Formats: sequence, C-alpha cells, structure tokens
Amino acid sequence: MRNDIPQETPMNERIAELKNVSFAYNREPVLENVNLTIKKGEFASIVGPNGGGKSTLLKLLLGLLRPSSGELTVFGNTPEKVRHRIGYMPQHAQFDIQFPVTVMEVVLMGRLGHTRGVRYSKKDRHIADRSLEDVHIANLAKRSFSDLSGGQRQRVLIARALSCEPDLLLLDEPTANIDPEAEVVLFEILKTLNKRMTILFATHDIGFVSQTVKSVICVNRCVVVHPTSEITGEIIKDIYGGEICMIRHDHRCSEEGHEHD
Amino acid sequence: MIDFIRAFSDPDNVFLRIAIYVATLSSISFGIIGTYVVTRRISYLAGAISHCVFGGIGAGLYVQKKIGMTWFEPMYGAILSAIIAAVIIGLVSLYAKQREDTVIGALWAIGMATGLIFIDLTPGYFDITSYLFGDILLLSIRDLWMVVFLDVLVAAVSLYFYHVLLAVCFDQEFAGLRGVRSGAFYILLLCLTSLTIVLLVRVVGIVMVIALLTLPAAVAGQFARRLWQMMLLAIMFCVLFTWTGLALSYSLKLSSGPTIIMIAGITYIVTISLSKLRKKIQFKSE
Repeated sequence: MRNDIPQETPMNERIAELKNVSFAYNREPVLENVNLTIKKGEFASIVGPNGGGKSTLLKLLLGLLRPSSGELTVFGNTPEKVRHRIGYMPQHAQFDIQFPVTVMEVVLMGRLGHTRGVRYSKKDRHIADRSLEDVHIANLAKRSFSDLSGGQRQRVLIARALSCEPDLLLLDEPTANIDPEAEVVLFEILKTLNKRMTILFATHDIGFVSQTVKSVICVNRCVVVHPTSEITGEIIKDIYGGEICMIRHDHRCSEEGHEHD
Repeated sequence: MIDFIRAFSDPDNVFLRIAIYVATLSSISFGIIGTYVVTRRISYLAGAISHCVFGGIGAGLYVQKKIGMTWFEPMYGAILSAIIAAVIIGLVSLYAKQREDTVIGALWAIGMATGLIFIDLTPGYFDITSYLFGDILLLSIRDLWMVVFLDVLVAAVSLYFYHVLLAVCFDQEFAGLRGVRSGAFYILLLCLTSLTIVLLVRVVGIVMVIALLTLPAAVAGQFARRLWQMMLLAIMFCVLFTWTGLALSYSLKLSSGPTIIMIAGITYIVTISLSKLRKKIQFKSE
C-alpha cells in the first residue's frame, strides 16, 4: 500500500499518521483502532480521563512503546528513526526535586543526540540559551533546578525539548500543578512556538485549553478528533462518562456571581 | 587522639599507615560512585550487589582451598560475582518493571546463602566476620594498588562521560530518546558500583557497605548544587568519616568498620535535621 504513494508526495504536510493502531498493557487494551492524522502546523490538545491513554498515545509517537497492531508513522518513518526531530516534555512530577543540577545543564541535555561525542559545543550552548529565551527564563540559566517553582520547572523542561530543535513538540501534562497565571503565560509561549513547529500536548484540563488550540483529540481507549469550536458538553460527557460543566472562561460574572434560573 | 597520631608515625605500624592510605585513596571512588548511587536512587541495588559479593568470596575460598587453584584469591571471586550480579540486576531493573524489588531481594539472599554454603563445603575454619564487618587493618600493599587502579578507572569514566551520565541519572527515558544508549550506561554505572563495592567490603564489610557508599554522598547532597560539587564534597566527607572513625576506633579499642559507620550515620542525621530546621525557620520568616 505504502509503495503506491508517489515519492514526491509532500510528506512534510503529514507529520504523523496512525492507521488502526491498538495498544495493550498486559492484554489490558489502552487504545483501540486509533486512526489519526496530524498535519503540519497543528496545535492540538489530547484530552481524556486519567488512564484513558493520553500518555500512551504520546509514547507511541515517540517510539517508546510499540503498537500491538496497526501502522504508525511519524514524518513518514518509524518513530525511532525520526526521534531527533521530536522534542518531548515528560510529566514533571517524576523528577527528583533534590537532584543537584542547574537549569542550563538540564536544557543542554536536549543537545545530547545532536553533538557527536560527549562534550557540548559552543553551538550547543548557543541553542540552549536561545531555547531558554524562547520560554522567557534566560535569567534562570545558572539557578539550581531544585530551587524553582513548578511553573518554572515546567518551562525548563520545555526549553530542554526545544533545544532538540524539533519539528514536532510533544508535551505531557504541561499544565499540571501550575497556577492559572503561569498557565496563561505558558499558552502564549506555545502559541508563538506553534509558528515554527507542530505541537501536541496531553491534558486532563479542557475548558481553558480549547480557546488557544486548533483541535482537540479526545482519548478514552478510542480516539475522536474535534475542531475546537465543536466542543460541546455532550462530547465532554461522552469522553469523561459523566456530567461535567464546562467553565466559560470567555464569560465574566459580576463579583457576586450569577444565579441560574 | 594523640596515641593514634603517635601510632601512625611509628615506623613499625605499617598496617595502620596502609589503612589510612587506602581509606584516603578509596574515598575518591566512594565519593564519585556514591553520588551516582544516591542521585540515581539505586542504593537498594547496591545492597543486593554487596551481598552477592559474599557469594563470590565463598566460591573463591572453595576454588582456592578445595579445588586447589592456590592462585585464585577470594578477591577474584568477589570481583567476578560483583560484575555478574551488576549485569543481572541491571537487566532485571531495566526490563522486569513490576517485580523488580522481589527479584532483587531474592538475589540479595541467594548471594549471601551461596557464600555461606561454599564456606561450609570448604575444609578448614574461616573467620567470616572480617568479610561481614570489614577490617581495614588487614589491608595489604596489593589492596592499595587495587584502590589506585579503581580510582583511575572511576575518575576517567565519570569525567569523560560526565554529561551523558548526568543525563542518564536525571532522566533516563529522555536521554534514551536523544540517542544515548542509556541502558548500556546504566549497566556500566552498576559495574563500576560493583567494583567499588568489592573494595568497600574490605574496608567496612558487606553488611555496612551501603552506608559508606551512600552516607557521604547524602550529606554532600545537602550542600551541593551541581553533580560534580556533590562528588567533591562526598569525597571530602568520606575521608573525614574514615579518618575520624579509624582514630576513634584505635583510641577506644573498637572495631573500625562500625565506628566509621556510626560517625557517618550521626553526621547524616544531624545535617538533615539541621537543614529541615533551617527550612522551617526560613518558611516562618517569609
């Protein structure tokens, strides 16, 4: 089938493609028959309940996990072969807070696959500096990673992913454990970055996100894609399996609040 | 203390001088590897390796005395079993995610049991307490050369691969995604740990290995802001603990191993208590 596609097909238009992809942990199905196409320039949010398969989807795209069945290509290739083009920010809760490391050292880790050898070059440091500027924390470069707040740590991890100079940026729960102001700034940053790269991020928080992102990939064992304007209470109810109210961030109540009739 | 210094300068007291040299030089390996063990959180794996070392010592004694290969020192058995244990434990922790602790616990006990059974099978009487609790005063010039060799190896590897090992310890998954063979580096780290443990067994014995490997690094971790700073501080603390431990044990006629560990342990508890207290005061003043 794949050979039928002429070579001159602009592969760069399709960043990732999943065809009937299923994945199971110890026979427990996590994702079933997922069909998904990520186009270049996409800014998509992967939403769904905990354990619904959001992180699994990201890990499949990274090649950290292999599909049990189905076909998955990233940049027209197997994920393992194109990892150098993917930047990844894992959930930050997994880090050892006391680890003795500076912000700069963490960001430089993103250069590891690009430098041949075991020392960082001047160019690596330059790219790391620029990545820190991209997320507005160049001033923190010399600080200890353990001294930072949750939101700052999050941005350091994004800078680390950016120093890979990725074409595709994957973020796992970038909004977890950060305060709302930091979240607003974070999405401004991502919006700017989206001009240069395709962005996919997993989140379980949906109300706010839907305003900045272009489309929403709903994951709960199966995958459904919606453009952001289409998100309704019904869709959320289907995905989360219960009555949930959507917070109207675009609407401001008076200070006393308002009453429902 | 005065009599310790006098004993140290006494030309006939060769064993004490060697002990001090070994303690000082081996602190380099202990500090560097201890830092990796603490930051990568593998002290439990190090404990299992140290007990497998006892299996190797037992097997070494058996081969030497019963089979009659007189050149085969128990130390060779120890090194061999430590490397084998490091590779097995490394593979288990990389690939057997769920039952990791059970498998490692089993290896821990099997290593110990193997050693005791080999010692039963070997004719003659052996005092195993020096292996269990260490006896730094039994060290020879050859041990000193072994320490120097290990220091050079550990320092060379950790300097050359500093950035890679830092990345592997901080976030193994991410390092792997960047094309670093993180599994191989993890096993390399465990192999270096196991060699260091063999040496540590000579100094403080199998039972207390984990303490001298982790406590200096853990104390250093309270002050260090970067990995290399933690290594340097850990080396300094290790020298401090072994020197004062040796001096105290000599003056008070106590076993050297437990004395060293007591000093390291008390220092650790005092430093973490003080830093907790400091944080509380800072928090209140804010």
